[in-house]
Amino acid sequence: MVISNKPLRFIVATLIACLPLISFANPEVDTVKVKTEVAHDAAEGAHAEPTDVKSKIKAFINHHLLDAHDFTFNVDEATGVHNGFSLPIILWDNGLQVFSSSKFHHGEETAEHNGNFYVLHHEKIYKTDASGTLIEEHGHPTNAAPLDLSITKSVIGILGIALLMFVLFTGLAKSYGKNNGIASGAGRFFEPLVLYIRDEIAIPNIGEKGYKKYMSYLLTIFFFIFFLNILGLTPLGFNVTGNIAITASLALLTYLITTFTANKNYWAHIFWMPGVPTPMKFILAPIELLGTIIKPFSLMIRLYANILAGHVVLMSIIGLMFIFKSWIGSTLSFGLAFALSILEILVAFLQAYIFTMLSALYFGAGNEEHHHEEAH
Amino acid sequence: MEIPTIVGAGLIVIGAGLGIGRIGGSAMDAIARQPEASGKIQTAMLIAAALIEGIGFAALFAS
Repeated sequence: MVISNKPLRFIVATLIACLPLISFANPEVDTVKVKTEVAHDAAEGAHAEPTDVKSKIKAFINHHLLDAHDFTFNVDEATGVHNGFSLPIILWDNGLQVFSSSKFHHGEETAEHNGNFYVLHHEKIYKTDASGTLIEEHGHPTNAAPLDLSITKSVIGILGIALLMFVLFTGLAKSYGKNNGIASGAGRFFEPLVLYIRDEIAIPNIGEKGYKKYMSYLLTIFFFIFFLNILGLTPLGFNVTGNIAITASLALLTYLITTFTANKNYWAHIFWMPGVPTPMKFILAPIELLGTIIKPFSLMIRLYANILAGHVVLMSIIGLMFIFKSWIGSTLSFGLAFALSILEILVAFLQAYIFTMLSALYFGAGNEEHHHEEAH
Repeated sequence: MEIPTIVGAGLIVIGAGLGIGRIGGSAMDAIARQPEASGKIQTAMLIAAALIEGIGFAALFAS
């Protein structure tokens, strides 16, 4: 039976597609222990660590969706050993406080540095006393929270992708000069994508005349989102574009660029819509002004929600394995997770494309020339 | 009687699903009529679908 004409390529593609399957298979427990622990836990009451499989999976997913102050590959359930490495904690609390995240012992202990005590609560750092007490009100601690500038897991991901993009695309740019105008090296793989963004996204939406000054931003944002989405599907367990702070910053950049590069026609269409009766102009102005804010807001929500939903669904399906504990569950979960991983690769590309496309559309709307006068 | 917000979110998601379904169906129709314009139709379809999807997600997060 011939599966593929290019066996090596097929095997590599299959291996890459299978990578996400091994990524989140951490919360393994044996049944007997769990059952006894549940009974024990019920007697003890609330405020204990979740011990039954369902809430363990839920806690694991919730933990994955947050940014992390240390880089953990997996946790050994039996011994409680975290395999991974610590990251630097940088706080602004009456001066710069720099120490290693190993002092927190993965959120289990209070860290002491320069006479100040800090505690990690749901990946947020709070100031506390020597015994590590947190004063809670409506479920949220009211302790003072110092300004957190730490190199967290997401920051590591962003720095890594930035470095990768720098190496890839400077290499691609330099290879044109060396090789008589033909791309070479690893960057060559991305040349069609660069051309695609120029010919299919920038020129049709912004126009032949002014597209060049936006190309650097569009290319950067496309590859940044695309690489980070793909990084989120690897077993390393990053969740960078599924973090609303990241997508909010990206959407804010698009908003600022639209606002500061727009010409006078754009502002005229917002504050004094030409071609409609005067009373209507007063009604349209606030709506249009609100529209300029809603556009980047929807960009932010779309990227965040798509990636977040993808991660949650994929991890929940893998979690089925530990709930069913039979060959049916494992087979079902494997098949579904495989299909969903393929879909997630498509979504990773599609969301990067949509973000770039809509950004280009907004830039184009800000730069439209005053042509169809009688159409209004 | 108070209707929980999650019911409203569900209604909005049904609406968003219907909308995206209609866009997809119409794009299929259009591509069947004019296969040579499929690239342009796909682009327009994706943009429209993304705009509706944004509303669906906003509803999910509001609930």
